[in-house]
Amino acid sequence: MVVNRIGREIPKNIQGIGKLKPYEGVFKKTALGVKKAPKITFQKRGETKIIDSLKQAVIKAGVRNGMTISFHHHLRNGDYVVEMVLDILSDLGIRGLSIVPTALFPVHQSIIKYIRQGVITSIQGSVNGPIGEISSRGVFDFPVVLRSHGGRARAIEAGDVEVDIAFIAAPSADTYGNLNGIDGPSACGSLGYTMTDAMYADKVIAITDHLVDYPLSPISIPQTYVDYVVKVEKIGDPKGIISGTLEITKNPLRLIIAKKVVEVIEASGLLMDGFSFQAGAGGTSLAVAKFVGEKMEKKGIKGSFGSGGITGYFVKMLEKKLFRTLLDVQSFDLEAVQSLKNNPNHLEMSASFYANPHNKGCAVNKLDTVILGATQIDKDFNVNVNTESGGLLLHGIGGHMDTAAGAKLTIIATPLLRGRMPIVVDKVITVTTPGETVDVLVTERGIAVNPARSDLIGKLKEAKLPIKDIRDLNKEAYNLTGIPEEPQFTDKIIGLVEYRDGTIIDVIRQVV
Amino acid sequence: MNAKLRRSALYVPGNDPSMIQNAGIFGSDCIVLDLEDAVSIEEKDSARLLVRNALKSIDYGDTEVIIRINSLYTPFGREDLEIIGRVHPDGIRLPKTESAKDIKQVDRILAQIETEEGFEKNSIKIMPTIESAVGLFNVFEIVKASKRITLINFGAEDYTADIGAERTREGKELFQIRTRILLAARVAGIQIQDSVFSHVRDIEGLIKETKFIKQLGFDGKSVIHPTQIEPVHQVFTPTREEIILANRIISAIEEAKKKKSGVISLDGRMIDAPVVTKAKRILKYAQAAGII
Repeated sequence: MVVNRIGREIPKNIQGIGKLKPYEGVFKKTALGVKKAPKITFQKRGETKIIDSLKQAVIKAGVRNGMTISFHHHLRNGDYVVEMVLDILSDLGIRGLSIVPTALFPVHQSIIKYIRQGVITSIQGSVNGPIGEISSRGVFDFPVVLRSHGGRARAIEAGDVEVDIAFIAAPSADTYGNLNGIDGPSACGSLGYTMTDAMYADKVIAITDHLVDYPLSPISIPQTYVDYVVKVEKIGDPKGIISGTLEITKNPLRLIIAKKVVEVIEASGLLMDGFSFQAGAGGTSLAVAKFVGEKMEKKGIKGSFGSGGITGYFVKMLEKKLFRTLLDVQSFDLEAVQSLKNNPNHLEMSASFYANPHNKGCAVNKLDTVILGATQIDKDFNVNVNTESGGLLLHGIGGHMDTAAGAKLTIIATPLLRGRMPIVVDKVITVTTPGETVDVLVTERGIAVNPARSDLIGKLKEAKLPIKDIRDLNKEAYNLTGIPEEPQFTDKIIGLVEYRDGTIIDVIRQVV
Repeated sequence: MNAKLRRSALYVPGNDPSMIQNAGIFGSDCIVLDLEDAVSIEEKDSARLLVRNALKSIDYGDTEVIIRINSLYTPFGREDLEIIGRVHPDGIRLPKTESAKDIKQVDRILAQIETEEGFEKNSIKIMPTIESAVGLFNVFEIVKASKRITLINFGAEDYTADIGAERTREGKELFQIRTRILLAARVAGIQIQDSVFSHVRDIEGLIKETKFIKQLGFDGKSVIHPTQIEPVHQVFTPTREEIILANRIISAIEEAKKKKSGVISLDGRMIDAPVVTKAKRILKYAQAAGII
């Protein structure tokens, strides 16, 4: 065991994974060497990429026991592709697969049976809900490797993860493997999460329910990366793919938090021409986006870009010219899909473009402000988004640690308590995002600023914002809830939280 | 005029732990933890204990904490008072007050609790609610029945039902009760809050009604949802022009005091005591809104 920079014990080596590098600090790790290159595959004149069935396609792609295959979550909770592929691989008697999903959703619960049957023996990627829970109970021999969106793109480019076959759900595909996400009955918008896999996997199989004549326009994933195209009846359920109009929170407590967040952004001095901003699709984030938009409009501020997962609120800001550009890795609602299709300033970006720390420049480095959530935050500003209070691994990382590291102002917006659980704690169970990349915590009961940001403390004080010491917020929370009992773990490590640069920031243990 | 600011009083159901826990953070001047209408009969005792424990353990800061107990004419009112009085709320909102006798009874119980618990005498206030024709008829006696009374309000629903009026969003039917208890409040030198505006989503309607009651002379309004607080406070926030004028009035009297001049005038208008009172009041509201 070694103790990493934030005081967490990390094993030197893990069977089935190899040597681990402990986290050293936010931009400390340098990357050397060359990127991974995929196998050369090519098409001769007259050959076709269209394969009659998915079964034939996986056989042609040379599927074998123990391979690494990848999936992506742009169809979100409407996705049929993960299950479709695993059904076929299981029927073919394939075992010992390692799967590399960008995220899994409740709809993917059905793959639990394949985990139990040994079809899947390891996961490198986000595990959510029930799949996270069985991981926490020790179902796998090797730990799940959790990576952020940027960290996953880095790992694939660096060859830390070698994907044998990438399965890409394509809302629109032509007969020669050009793909996009904006047309067809299962339109989802951006295909950002699939792009790195398309470029680096040895084989790429596109699965579509909307096959068009060659050439498709516009093209998100070009034919040069795609080996085979399979037409199926449906790749997903539109109801689960795209949400209806997302609404800002009506919860008065969360509205208070959102208003305070906007006050912090304003006081920071960043809200001026050229402002760039990211907020997620949760109710509080949407409220912040709405209020920031109103403030920009009132003050006549012209921002540069909004990024990340895009919602109708960001689209409205683009249309009102509050942003010049949207950088879209995932389109959450219908407005975002329509805008990506119709507005030339609404750009699709890959996960690597978005957040990979080891390419020649990622979008998060250009962010002024990001609003993020937390399941826990501690007195050192370390944030946990992976494990719940009972110690179970229930959530993925998303772009949390990436945007926190990149943005000039990283704000964690969270209620002080959820139900009877304190969110501001003495020590988080799991560190996902290191405190050195977190600037401000906003709760309904006060704002705390990372002491390392004395410049910001000065600005917020000048704006007469009520600043509290994070230790006092922790005390306030404990006064209301009592000090929660620590969850009990065994010694078995069931998850590795990999920092975006490939080092290990924390480990997650099996729950007793 | 009583110095305390009571622009808003947020009703919080006394049986909802999460709302009780967060009641103080929405910025209302007062919170009213409700043991009466918000709580069903089966939950009366558990809500009473919940509210008691909340008062013992939660720090509500500067927010005035008022408990609406059940009417003394129910089987619960007396015990509410016994249990809640001992954790020293800022005030007891007494629903369905009909006579000076009701107030005197509460006064006696509170006095005894204060003695037994070693609390300061008369430190727990009484805030009667008028909700019936009889109560309104007796309101001038009610407001004078105890030194503890600092605030009065009324219940529009019960009152209109009692007098046989139609209940409308516009609220013309409340004119009589509003003006009569306002007059009683001023005679007794206490504050007065308006009834709730129950159409939570109609913020425009809320603002209109609040402007109207402010014009009548009310000090504040009861609200049933946190989103109603800010609009109500906005109405009670003086305009820039009002603040400037108020400041000039205050400087004018200070100047006159220095010069020992008897008659004070500003822009050719005589400044007398009521003008000064109003100016002070405007500055107090401006301060509360954080704009001066």
